[in-house]
Amino acid sequence: MKWQILALQLFPQGHDIVEHNYFLCGTAKVAEQTVAVIGTTGHTSIGVEIALAQANAILDTLRNFPARPIVILVDTQGQRLRYRDEMLGINRYMAHLGKCIDVARRRGHTVIGLVYDQALSGGFITSGLMADACYALPEAEIRVMGLAAMSRITKVPLERMTELAASNPVFAPGAENYLNMGGLEAIWDGDLEQCLARALQQADSIDHRSARGLERGGRKMSLPVTKLVLGTRDVLPT
Amino acid sequence: MSSYLEANARQRIHALLDAGSFEEFLPPSLRIISPHLAQLDTPASFDDGVVIGSGLLQGRKVLAAAQEGGFMGGAVGEVHGAKLVGLLKRAINERVDGVILLLETGGVRLHEANAGLIAVSEVMRAVLDTRAANIPVIVLVGGANGCFGGMGIVACCANDILMSEEGRLAMSGPEVIETTHGVEEFDSRDRALVWRTSGGKHRYLLGDCSAVLPDDIAAFRQAAFETLMSYQNKSAELTLADLESEHDLLSQRVQEFGHFSEPMDIWSKLGVAEPAVLPMLEAQAFMQQVAGCRAGEES
Repeated sequence: MKWQILALQLFPQGHDIVEHNYFLCGTAKVAEQTVAVIGTTGHTSIGVEIALAQANAILDTLRNFPARPIVILVDTQGQRLRYRDEMLGINRYMAHLGKCIDVARRRGHTVIGLVYDQALSGGFITSGLMADACYALPEAEIRVMGLAAMSRITKVPLERMTELAASNPVFAPGAENYLNMGGLEAIWDGDLEQCLARALQQADSIDHRSARGLERGGRKMSLPVTKLVLGTRDVLPT
Repeated sequence: MSSYLEANARQRIHALLDAGSFEEFLPPSLRIISPHLAQLDTPASFDDGVVIGSGLLQGRKVLAAAQEGGFMGGAVGEVHGAKLVGLLKRAINERVDGVILLLETGGVRLHEANAGLIAVSEVMRAVLDTRAANIPVIVLVGGANGCFGGMGIVACCANDILMSEEGRLAMSGPEVIETTHGVEEFDSRDRALVWRTSGGKHRYLLGDCSAVLPDDIAAFRQAAFETLMSYQNKSAELTLADLESEHDLLSQRVQEFGHFSEPMDIWSKLGVAEPAVLPMLEAQAFMQQVAGCRAGEES
């Protein structure tokens, strides 16, 4: 979905979001309150500049608008695969963005992520996945990499991967799979403004993802293993 | 001297901590394995590629984890990630003196890609939760596989990173970049270039790791202890002020070095007199040679 159309549906009360080199930034009205909006568009790759631009917008919100909720709009093909970015230490730039979101949460800013088009690997763990809760539109595509590339690297035949992908959420692309595994809180349908207002109201700062993965059956080991390490559970479920 | 690079995960963690003090959580005898690998006819490991537990570091109570590069390149799957998250949460419950993460990993395990990606994100948040509880998290990087992908991001969420010059810290591996944009973009077989770009010395000069150590477990042990002790009189929590100074450092880095395409040009701009000799220097000689030249450091 084009971000302009999305913004009209999410923020019918109005917004001032602008795009600059695939970076989205602005404010909007949701249910009587002003929210800060940051994000990316055009499936852009996340290089050092755009990671820094997003971090800057978050830091600006932290400095000047205490407790203002933050909405992160995600559309990215993942980290930029260039020599220059690696030389400059892109992993630290991306971590910096993730840390800014984390500190925003800890300082009382509700943070909601929304994958409205595409989300991939490194671009996703330092944006939407650092929010209090992350959501997606039904048509969103979320993945680590495509099945063909995955087959090349894992040396598992593509036919076998494709066959398994149909029934197993663990490596197949798709928003539904991330929902089953607890990576997404919910997939939004219908009135997006209402969905966002509800999400802002329901958000808390606890990481519920492994519990959701267990409830929904997509990640049955994560929470039990964590509890086992904590010594609060003696055996794994069979 | 006992090589960090050549040791496996279990050897590293035992040698890093006080002799006989390491107690493993969820040891291989419990056979807690990945539930996803069998369907791909891929062998599993009884510890899912990560050793976790508690021990003493020169008498200080710590929790530690060591990723096993020999199993799927140390990649993070559902169980592997959950063990790291559990360890970090336990550190908060037990109020230990610190958490030491011996990272050697390519990042997300593609065989269970979605679970691995979410798990890495959970590890990121758990590291920052641990720091928010004022418990320092210290990362060691010195294994042959380096520290890449999502775990290269996790490393930068910790308080400190200690590297050997053989250690590498980055996001995408050189092979991935070469496959995507060609050998002119990044020649993954040019080992010297690979180390200049992601190795401990370059990371130190940029300000991304706090020391370059010789490839010796005893050196890692001493440096980890000294780093841990530095938190006796400062907070381990990540603050807005920390982020502001990191933002300045990273903004300045793009402005000053963003037009370079060779790490040695960056070293030269930082004031290193003979950048070409740096790759040849032993860790200690390197640290002396570059004193006062590091980005973000007042000389």
